[in-house]
This record gives sequence, structure tokens and C-alpha cells, in this order.
Amino acid sequence: MNAPNNVVANLRRLTRHHLFWPVAALVALVLACGAYSPGFLDVTVADSHLFGQPVDILRQSVTPLLLGLGMCLVIATGGIDLSVGAVMAISLAVSLTFIDANGPGTATALTALVIGLITALVIGTFNGFLVTVLGIQPFIATMILMVAGRGVAMLVTKGQITTTASPAFKSIGSGFVLGVPTPVVIGAVVLAIVAVLVRRTALGMLVESIGINREASRLAGVRATGLIWTVYAICGLLAGLAGIVYGAPTMAADANNIGLMKELDAIMVVVLGGTKLDGGKFSLAGVVVGSLLLTTIERAVIIFHIPSQVTPLFKALVLIVVCLAASERLRRAVTGLLPVRRLQEAS
Amino acid sequence: MAGRNVRRAGAAALAALSLAALSACSSGSGSDEGSGDELISVGFSQLGAESGWRTANTESVQASLTEEAGFDLTFVDAQQKQENQIKALRDFIAQDVDVIAFSPVIETGWDEVIEEIKDAEIPLVLVDRTVDTTVEDPYVTWIGADFKQEGITAGEWVKENAPDAKIFELQGTMGSGAQVDREEGFDSVVGEENIVGKASGNFTRAEGKAAVEAALQAYPETNLIFAHNDDMGLGAIEAIEAAGKVPGVDIKIVTIDGVHDGLQALLDGKFNYVVECNPVFGDQIADAIKKVYAGEELPKETIVVDQAFESITQEELDARLY
Repeated sequence: MNAPNNVVANLRRLTRHHLFWPVAALVALVLACGAYSPGFLDVTVADSHLFGQPVDILRQSVTPLLLGLGMCLVIATGGIDLSVGAVMAISLAVSLTFIDANGPGTATALTALVIGLITALVIGTFNGFLVTVLGIQPFIATMILMVAGRGVAMLVTKGQITTTASPAFKSIGSGFVLGVPTPVVIGAVVLAIVAVLVRRTALGMLVESIGINREASRLAGVRATGLIWTVYAICGLLAGLAGIVYGAPTMAADANNIGLMKELDAIMVVVLGGTKLDGGKFSLAGVVVGSLLLTTIERAVIIFHIPSQVTPLFKALVLIVVCLAASERLRRAVTGLLPVRRLQEAS
Repeated sequence: MAGRNVRRAGAAALAALSLAALSACSSGSGSDEGSGDELISVGFSQLGAESGWRTANTESVQASLTEEAGFDLTFVDAQQKQENQIKALRDFIAQDVDVIAFSPVIETGWDEVIEEIKDAEIPLVLVDRTVDTTVEDPYVTWIGADFKQEGITAGEWVKENAPDAKIFELQGTMGSGAQVDREEGFDSVVGEENIVGKASGNFTRAEGKAAVEAALQAYPETNLIFAHNDDMGLGAIEAIEAAGKVPGVDIKIVTIDGVHDGLQALLDGKFNYVVECNPVFGDQIADAIKKVYAGEELPKETIVVDQAFESITQEELDARLY
């Protein structure tokens, strides 16, 4: 007699988990794609590497994942970083301009990667400086580079779209490591590093404490300034990596379009994953689920033969449904209706 | 000062607009008898450098409006800001140039400055883009590409060479002029029934690739892809190759633009047909400005001559400016 009750209680607890609805939406969407278009779920080995729609989704979700991981930490401190899209453009512009000047060798490609990442790290540090030392509101501080960053990227490329050829650099975005797409490997490694860094050390807890109550955490001896600064630097670094992973396959530094509006994608995957915008507790697993969901929605639009004119509407609908389902207040309102029904059933 | 201005402006205006009433002023100026030794002063306001196409367009304008060709060019780059462009136009009026030419960054908001240009009686030539204004007869002539015609040209090739093709159309940024007009032109020729699906790739390689990856799953019967620009077509190549098919053979690719990388793909046999959207029409601009200055009648619209390529040689590719 207790068993069914336990199941119900467990189910209820499960649906209250912050990841339940995003995961449910993701699974439902993938299964719907599979049902609508047979073969969607197939993963085969072609040319000794993995091939199939799920592989494509994994590869493409790496860009929002990298952006989201950095954004998640920033948001946990109660801040926001609007500059990530522009940082993507800058780091790619710097890397490709370097390759353009130095030829296509593997060593050059590696140097270009490092230079691009260092540039991104410097920009992130600059954001952190504005936020912590100068005390500028994160929204405004990072908006400076969101607006001006593309101008910087244009300066680097001299207003042109620098197109080069470097197989080694290109493989960062389109190559394979032991049959697995390189971006997926990069995403997994970065995720593991960030997870270990924030969950196996006190770093994550300290960051959360700043987001929950900065003054209280200061009184408790947390050095907020240094931590926040670090978090913005990491966010910038990851945005630079995202720009290179996203742009490397094209080998074209398009300062106007690379990473355009991606800051909104980053914020969306963080929020979809159950991290609140006002700071405090954050969920890295949520970022993973959020970026997979976002990428799957974009793909489902084509699989379902949805006309391009209404794709934004379809995206919005899915996201609204997920947010509504995850809303505690709405759930309480709905469960508030349930006892009434139970009474009616009893009588 | 007023007298000198009236005379010079009068000469230009006479030339441009053939106003018989001002003919008395022209006898003394002597500048309306062809270019002669005197240079035609031209103020050109480019909207910025948002794409490789635009850069090639700028280079072409600067290469054509030279002193040797009889022009005194003042070139101002607006860096994609309307206020910069309006400021440049007012500077041109103050300098009292003979002809003003510009590519407006957006369509609206030009009423006041175009009125000022009209008042100064300086003929205006629009390049590439048009304006939406309440001013009557705002410009003498417009020179630019006809996106719809480009779509029609691509469609006609498909109709002739692959009449039974199952077409997937890779659209540009939804709502942009190039997307709307190229799609309208292409669809009107090949017919909706031959188009199995459409999706937007936002004119970029990365998104074009993603869209085609999904399309190969969603529309497996596809054997021809029409992309609204070369970049998305290049993305399509990567997606098709990753799926183990041969671009240009298993799935034909037709694109518009004719940028260097696109024509390279044509040379490699991965594209089947490329309709050029020619940015190198500085010579046509120069020609039009000379005619405007000489007071010849010009059509309201001058369509830039676009080529279309079924094949290209390495030499031809190397010889191209962009």
C-alpha cells in the first residue's frame, strides 16, 4: 500500500528537480524528431569517425556550452557579461589575422590559438577590472565591450573579412579526435575542468556566497574582489575559445557577424538550466542541458519543416513552455487545484 | 559669395537637370563642355565596410573616380552610421561639389539632408541602395544590383539543366532585401512544387552548414541546393562532404555572389552555377556621374551588369579583383 505512495512522492520530488523540465523537453524534442524523421537518432561510423544528427547537435552545442559555463559563474556572483559575443569576434579576428600574416603551419595555428585566447583573457580581465575596482554595474561595464568590441575586431581585420587557410586551425572546429568531433572533446574537457574547479574546491561555494549576499560573505572573510575578477576573466577566456571553435571551420574572420547575439544565447542556456539571474546557486549540469536544448530546438525547426518566417515563434514557444513548467508559483497554483479534485473523487 | 555659388551651382544644376531657365549662367562657366581640363568634383559617401562585397565596391569606386579620369573625389566612409553620412553630405554641400553620390546605410531619415542637397542644386546619384523619402524627385539616378534578376538567372539555369531537381533553398537573413528578392525571383522561375524545403542560414558559413546538415536528414530527396549567397553554399559543401556525398555531383549547388572563395568552389567542381552580384561597377558610376554633369538624360535606374558562371578557369579567377 505504501509502494504507490512512494512512487508518487518520488515522482513529485523528481518533477521539482530544477533539471526535470529542461531534460524532459530535450528528450521529448529528440524523440519527436526521431518519430517525424526516421533515421534522426542514428549514429554511424563514416570515414572512421562518428556521424549522425545527434553528433551534429553535440558538436554545435559546444559554442553555447562554453559561453554558458563562463556566463553561469558570472551570473552566480550576481553579475552579467554582455560582451561575450563581441569577445568571440575579437579572439577569432586576432587568431586568423595572425595566421594570415604567418602562414598555415601547425605551429602557427597553435600560436594563433594561444594568442587568441590570451586576448580574450585580457578582455575578460578588463571587464573584471571595471566591475570590481571601478565598481561599475556589470550590465553597463560589459555593455561597453559589447558595443565597442566589434569595432576592435574591425580594427584588427582592418574592416575586411580576413580569409585564410590553415588545416590545423580549421580542425579545432571541424576535426575529430579518435572519431569524436574535436569541439565535443574541447567542450567535455573544459566542462570537467570547470566542474572540478568549482565543485571539488571551495571556489563554487564562495562564488555562490557572493551572489547570495556580498556583504555577509565579506564579513565572513570571502575576498569578493579577487573572486569576481577571476570569474570575469574566465568568462572572457571561455568566450574567446567559443569564438575560435565556432569560427575556425569557416576560416573567415567576419567581425560583423561572428558571435552576433550569442550573449543572449549564453544567458538563455544558463537560465534554462535553472540558474537564477539574481545570483547565488548555479547549476553547471543545467548549462549542459540548456545548450543541448537550444541546439536541438534550432535543428528541430528544419526537421519539422517549419517555414523560416515562423522559426523564432517556434523557439519562443518551446522556451516559454519549459519556463512555465519549471515555474514554482505556477506549479503551486496547479497543485492547489488538485486537493479539490481529490475531495470530489472521495465523495 | 552668393553670386559665385549661384553660378557654379547653376552650371551643375543646368547640366544635371537641364533647366532652361538658368541657361544664362552657363555661358561664363565653360565647365559644361565635357570634362576638359577641369575636374568634376565628386563627394562620395560610402556606408561602411560591412562585408567583402562592400570593400570591393569601395576599391572599385576609388579606382574609377581618379584624377586621370577627370574626377576630384572626396571619399568619406560612414562606418555604418547614418549621422556620419548626413554630416558628410552636409560637408559636400558646404564644399559645393559638382555631384554627390552615396550608398545610404538605411532607407529612411534622409528627407532634410536631401532637401538641402536639392536647395543647393547639386545632382545626387544613389549607389547600390535606395532611399525612402517624401522629397519630390530626390535623386537623378540610381545604380545598383537587381537581386530579383539574380534569383531569376539562377532559376533559369536550374530550369534548363535540372528541371526535375528536388531543391532545398538556403535563405539569407530573413527580411533582408537580398533574401526576399532573390527568393521571389528564383521561386517564380522554378516553381514552388520543385522546392522541397527552405531554411535560413543567415548568410553565414557556420549557419549554412548547420541548416544543410539538418536538411539532409529532413529532406533526403534533395539533389540541388540553391543558396542565397556563396558563404552559405560553402557551408553546404562541408555538410554534404561530411555526409559522405559529393557536392556538385550527388547534390548540385547553385549560389549567388561570386566572391573569390565561391568561384574557387566552382573551379573545384563543388558549385555548379554561380550568379555574380558584381561590386565592381565603379566604371558605371563614373560614367553616370559624367553624364549627370554633362546634363544628359539618364534613366532613373541603372542595373549593374551581372555575369553568371557555369565554369571558370584558374587564370580568370586570379585576374578578378575580389
